[in-house]
Amino acid sequence: MADETTLPTPDVSPTPETETYWEAAAEGRLLVTECTDCGRVYHPPRARCPDCLSEDTEWVETRGEGEVYAHSVTRQTGPPYDDATPYVVAYVELAEGPRLLTNIVTDDPGALSVGQPVEVCFHETDDGEHAVPRFEPV
Amino acid sequence: MTDHTAAIAGVYEHPTRNAPDKSTAQLHGDVAAGALEDAGLTTADVDGYFTAGRPGRVMSMVDYLGLEGLSYVDSTDLGGTSYVSHVGHAAAAVAAGKCEVALVTMAGRPRSRSGGGGPPSGPQADFEETYGIGTVNMYALAARRHMHEYGTTAEQLAEVRVAAAEHAQYNEDAMFQEPVTVEDVVESRLVSDPLHLLDCCVVSDGGGGVVVTSPAVADDLDRDCVSVLGHGEAVKHHDAGDIDLTHTGAVESGPRAFEAAGVTHDDIDYASVYDSFTITVVETLEDLGFCEKGAGGAFVEGGTLQAPDGELPFNTDGGGLCNNHPANRGGMPKIIETVRQLRGEANDPVQVPDCEIGLTHGTGGSLGTRMASTTLVLGGDR
Ligand SMILES: [Zn+2]
Repeated sequence: MADETTLPTPDVSPTPETETYWEAAAEGRLLVTECTDCGRVYHPPRARCPDCLSEDTEWVETRGEGEVYAHSVTRQTGPPYDDATPYVVAYVELAEGPRLLTNIVTDDPGALSVGQPVEVCFHETDDGEHAVPRFEPV
Repeated sequence: MTDHTAAIAGVYEHPTRNAPDKSTAQLHGDVAAGALEDAGLTTADVDGYFTAGRPGRVMSMVDYLGLEGLSYVDSTDLGGTSYVSHVGHAAAAVAAGKCEVALVTMAGRPRSRSGGGGPPSGPQADFEETYGIGTVNMYALAARRHMHEYGTTAEQLAEVRVAAAEHAQYNEDAMFQEPVTVEDVVESRLVSDPLHLLDCCVVSDGGGGVVVTSPAVADDLDRDCVSVLGHGEAVKHHDAGDIDLTHTGAVESGPRAFEAAGVTHDDIDYASVYDSFTITVVETLEDLGFCEKGAGGAFVEGGTLQAPDGELPFNTDGGGLCNNHPANRGGMPKIIETVRQLRGEANDPVQVPDCEIGLTHGTGGSLGTRMASTTLVLGGDR
C-alpha cells in the first residue's frame, strides 16, 4: 500500500506508452525501460528507444535505490504546491542509471546532500487510481 | 563587410514594465511601430514576420498588425530565446531571397495578467509537473550541481547580480536601479536554495521589436545598421535520464556562431548574456568558451562583467536581473542592448568605447529539463 504524505499528489494521465509504468507504481514497483537492440536503459518511458528508435524495448523493474544527483528546497511556488512549502525537488540517479525528477520526502531538508543514498516510496494520487514514486533518505 | 550579410536596421524596447491598461496584442503593435520607426521603415515595407508566444498564432498577429503581402513567416517557439533565433532565421531568409524586410515582435504581461498557464505540456508532464517543478527550482538544481562539481559559491553567483545592478542605475526604465553588494544578494531570502531572491530575474510586462533587412535595404536607410555576422542555435535536453545539469546548449550554439562570423572570443567587445538567473550566466559564459568549464564562478569575480572597463562588459541595460524580462522571455532585450552598444547608443557611463563586435546569447526553456540556446555575433561597422 502507498505511504501517507502531506505533499500534493495530482492525478496522472497515463497514455498507451506509459500505463504499464503507472500501473506498476500503483503496485509499489518502479520501472524503467531498456532497449533490447542497443542496451540503453532510459526514463521517462517511451515506445521507441531514444538512442536508436528501435521498438524492441522492455520494462525493467528497478531496485528502487539511488542517490541524490541534485536537490533544492523550494520555499516559494504556485499551486498546487504553494501550501506544501518547503518541499524538496530533486534528481535522483537510480542504481540502474537513469536520473529522474522526483521529490525527496524528509523532515530535515537542510540535512540533504548530493550523493546521499535514497530509496523509493509511493504516494497515491488524489483520484486513488495510481501512485507516484518519491524518495526518502535511507 | 560582406554584402550577403543581413542587417539589423531597427530596434525598440517597450518602456513599460507594468501594463495593466494595455492588451498584449496592443504591446505588439507598440513595438512594431517603434522598431519600424527606428529603422525609418513602415509596415508597407515589411515582407517577413516573426513572432512566438502570446497572444495568438502568427496568423492572428499578422492580421492584427495589418501586414500585407508577406512572403515569409516563422513562429519558432524556443521560449525566451525565440526572438534571438528569429533574428538568425530572418538573416537566413534574407540571404536566401525569401524576404527583404523582416519584422520580429514579442510582448507579454505576466506581471499584470495573472494565471493563464505556461506552454502546453509535452509527453513528459506526468513525470515532471507531478513533483511541483517550476522555473526557479529547476535552475536551482543546475546551480546545486554546478556548486557540487566545481565548487562554485553563492558569493560568486552574486557577482553577476552586482554587475547587472551597477549598470541598471543608469537605465531610467530599469525595474531595479539601486546598486547592490554581494552581501545583499546572499542575504536575500532563499526562493529555492541555493538561489536567493536576488539571483532571480525580474517579472515584467512589456516587449520589444527588431527589424532585419537585406544589405541593399540597409544601405538606403538613414540609420546606423548592425550586421548579423553569425548565428548558432541548439537544443539540449534531459537525454532520457542522462541529463547533465552543468552545461547548456551554448556548448553547441556558440562555436556555430563564432565560426559563421569568423571571430574569436578576443574580438567580442560586449556581450548580452541571458540572465534569467545568475547561474544561467555562469554556465553560459563557460559554455561559450570565455573561460574553462567550471571556472565561471572565478571568472565573474573582480568586476569582469562590469562596463565599461571589465574584461567582458555584459548586460549594460541591467539585464533581466534588474532591467526587463518581458513575458518571462528575456531574449529580445538582449538583442536590443547589443545593437545599442554597437551603435554607440548605450547609456553614457556604460557605453563600451569603440564597440565593434557584440555577442547576443539567448536561453529558452529550463536548464533542469530541456532548453534552447541561441548565439548571435553582431558587427557594428555597417
Ligand atoms: Zn536502442
